[in-house]
Amino acid sequence: MRNWLNAPASETQITHGQRLWLYVLAGIIMILLVAPTVIVIPMSFSASQYLEFPPREWSTRWYDHYFASAEWMSATWTSLTVGTLTMLVATPLGVMAAYGLHVSNFRYAQFIFITLITPMMVPIVLIGIGVFYVYVQLRLVNTILGITLAHSILAIPLVVIVVGAALKTYDMNQERVARSLGATRLYAFLAITLPQIRFSVITAALLAFITSFDEVVIAMFISGGDNSTLTRSMFNALRDQIDPTIASISTIMVLVSTTLLVASQIFGKDKGK
Amino acid sequence: MAVTETVPRSEALPITIRRVTKTYGQVFALDHVDLDVKSGEFLTLLGPSGSGKTTLLMALAGFTRPDHGSVSFGDTEVVRMPPHKRDVGMVFQNYALFPHMTVAANVAFPLKLRKVAKAEARERAERALETVQLGGYGERQIDQLSGGQRQRVALARAIVFEPRILLMDEPLSALDKKLREHMQIELRHLHEQLGMTTVYVTHDQREALTMSDRIAVINHGRLMQLDEPRRLYDRPANRFVADFIGEGTFLPVELSNGSAAYAGTPLKLAEAVNETAAQELLLRPERLSVLAGAAEPEVNVFAGKVKELVFQGESFLMYAALADGAEVAVRGATNRDVMERIPAVGADVHLGLHRDDTVLVAAGED
Amino acid sequence: MAVADFAPGAVAEPQDEPHATGLRDDAFRERMAMLGLCSPALLLVLVVLVSPVAWLFWLSFLANDGSLSLEHYERMIASKSYARIFWTTFQVSTLTTMLCILIGYPLAYFLSQLPPRAAAICLITVLLPFWTSLLVRTYAWLVLLQRKGLLNNWAIELGLWDEPVKLVHNMTGTLIGMTHIMLPFLVLPVYGAMKSIDRDYLKAASNLGASPVSAFWQVFFPLSLPGLFAGALIVFVLCLGFFVTPVVLGGGKVIMVSMRITDNIELFFNWGAASALGVVLLALTMGTLYAASRLLRLDRILGEGNG
Repeated sequence: MRNWLNAPASETQITHGQRLWLYVLAGIIMILLVAPTVIVIPMSFSASQYLEFPPREWSTRWYDHYFASAEWMSATWTSLTVGTLTMLVATPLGVMAAYGLHVSNFRYAQFIFITLITPMMVPIVLIGIGVFYVYVQLRLVNTILGITLAHSILAIPLVVIVVGAALKTYDMNQERVARSLGATRLYAFLAITLPQIRFSVITAALLAFITSFDEVVIAMFISGGDNSTLTRSMFNALRDQIDPTIASISTIMVLVSTTLLVASQIFGKDKGK
Repeated sequence: MAVTETVPRSEALPITIRRVTKTYGQVFALDHVDLDVKSGEFLTLLGPSGSGKTTLLMALAGFTRPDHGSVSFGDTEVVRMPPHKRDVGMVFQNYALFPHMTVAANVAFPLKLRKVAKAEARERAERALETVQLGGYGERQIDQLSGGQRQRVALARAIVFEPRILLMDEPLSALDKKLREHMQIELRHLHEQLGMTTVYVTHDQREALTMSDRIAVINHGRLMQLDEPRRLYDRPANRFVADFIGEGTFLPVELSNGSAAYAGTPLKLAEAVNETAAQELLLRPERLSVLAGAAEPEVNVFAGKVKELVFQGESFLMYAALADGAEVAVRGATNRDVMERIPAVGADVHLGLHRDDTVLVAAGED
Repeated sequence: MAVADFAPGAVAEPQDEPHATGLRDDAFRERMAMLGLCSPALLLVLVVLVSPVAWLFWLSFLANDGSLSLEHYERMIASKSYARIFWTTFQVSTLTTMLCILIGYPLAYFLSQLPPRAAAICLITVLLPFWTSLLVRTYAWLVLLQRKGLLNNWAIELGLWDEPVKLVHNMTGTLIGMTHIMLPFLVLPVYGAMKSIDRDYLKAASNLGASPVSAFWQVFFPLSLPGLFAGALIVFVLCLGFFVTPVVLGGGKVIMVSMRITDNIELFFNWGAASALGVVLLALTMGTLYAASRLLRLDRILGEGNG
């Protein structure tokens, strides 16, 4: 231990001992980053009406309540459906656009890129009311299709950026050589390029799913009735009172995000790098 | 059992390039290039980086679309044909092997696209690997191969479908010097064995001289000279070619009535003077010799003083200042005879240049 | 063929420039094909985002009786309550950004100094919140900070304060929650920038006689600034339009522009006023991004936001 404290910690010969304050500080910050979400998990198993930590009495009553509620179940189902559909819409569209932008050097590529990522820059409430206004005319309010399309425009920028970054590090000569060996452009992309950027495509797809699954504000305006999303229902419940059922739903959502994060770390990373 | 099966000899096609032009903004990457590649020949496009040699190769492969011009393989006009229909083998600088496939799958890739039956494809891929001396490597992964082996796999993949034209873009530049020189000879042999028309791009003049039937020197998107290696070196058409291939010092000459003179002394020349353009005298260091006594009649003599002498092992390098101050380099073998003749630094020296080596080149912009 | 004599350029093409027309057509067709690949995504964004926003823009210039007017904007300038909302929004965004910098920069520095394996594990603590629903995280803070929440209970047990302190449903709670939610957006770009700093610069600095502290401030810190700038910009812009966290943790005491827009729609059905506010919010956001992009290239900022 003493050896470690006196060992040089960086290029400037500062020792670990002299930087102990940094390690402690970083440790506290990291705990603060994760703790609030993690602490909800044991609290959700509390038997009390007031959420306690640590719970004095353990129970699964809030989970029972969640699973027994037709309303919550329907909302969960809507969120899963919309998330999956958003992933299925945004991923191919985003990959196509990222490829098109990558291979073309035409003047408008930069302009198209900026347009595609505007959903990241426009305040979400504005998108929400705008989409709501248009959907009223198109009779798309409270429909799965409507929510999916709106969530897709939030997910497309992420897919374009993630896949675009992967294409930048990919050696396009591979696609060229495949074409000179007799492959059409489409075949060369599918057989040679796609397998090599698949990790980024998977990450992009997972991001698309989670973007939709976690989205609140747009859903607040355009989802409702039988097609209310989980986050919308949670948000409404939160505004009213602190319903402990939400702790159990939160736990499930943390579980979903953790699973997706782990999946993205396992399947979404190029092992060669 | 020494007989190994190899890829059969293919019927080569000539390539005709006419007025091929490619501009990027105001810059000419290719400036009305006319070039004929003979059937079955090994032709090298040689030039500095940015000269347009790779652009021309990419135009042959179909990856660069010229502004206008015509490219024919045999009788077929291909300038508007997409790359996958051109049926040319191509080897890239960084090999561009597919890392997610085995060696065998890489090599069999063009056969799969040509709907060759699986068993036959496997057999032909193995044969191509044997041709490049990698028999039995089929099941390896790409990342298990050394640089030289990757190079060979890329080559096998380019020849396995017996294309009639093979294009190579600096395929040896990533290898170390020793392996590179070995591969140069091997590629040369492979070309003789397979007989396909080969266009090879390099910026390495020694590599071009070693391997090629003919060399096309390219600069600023223009063809500077097209000739056999020996002729290109001995009789460069202009100062750029002379300077890019080999070393040389250039001296101003006065032209009059079909003869040329340097510093008032008429020169004995290898070829008649071309008086349509300004000319310069090319002095290659290894063609100059240090004279001991009186010069032979066929030798031009330049008098000067030794400025610097460098011993480089197998050769020496001498810098001498001529009467008018021009500095010339002289290179020679370090055998006893020569070394004994070399004067000390500061002493007078007489340099001889045989008439056959006395060449005038068109004065260039460079 | 008499015409040819008068227009040599026109007939010269087939001989001097073989296939020029055909090649130009091919180039055009290829460009269109690549544009075609972008068009489904582009179309979706145009229909679902650009056209509604354009429509809102139009609405903001219509008075409630349907005539063209600047009524909504005039009221915005005249009204004190609007001024307060914009001031709150600016205050919350600036404070959150500053807190994120103060907390995020040391963390990013710490992460950048770790060996790869340890860094990967510690990065998960940054990525996990990034992937977790912001509603869940907001909810967690609500639970922790409320009157009978964990924090108050612990603080009283430890004797830090005697009475439960109001930590939530006010500015404090909003800032705590928003800082927590925005932190990954700052840490990731800063970390990226720090990782790309060549460590030889620091060796060179110490070799030239710089103390560790001055090597940090004079070499490392300036080189990490582009990442810090990018991260701070992302945080600030996202804060400007933030909605969920201030609604839940602000408890009606922290009213930001987004919330007022929603109220205008949900409570007052006043589309014109909501649109005008939205247009101003959008203009502020785009103005900030534009000003920043003059200093730093925009695509690099956005490209680093999702490492």
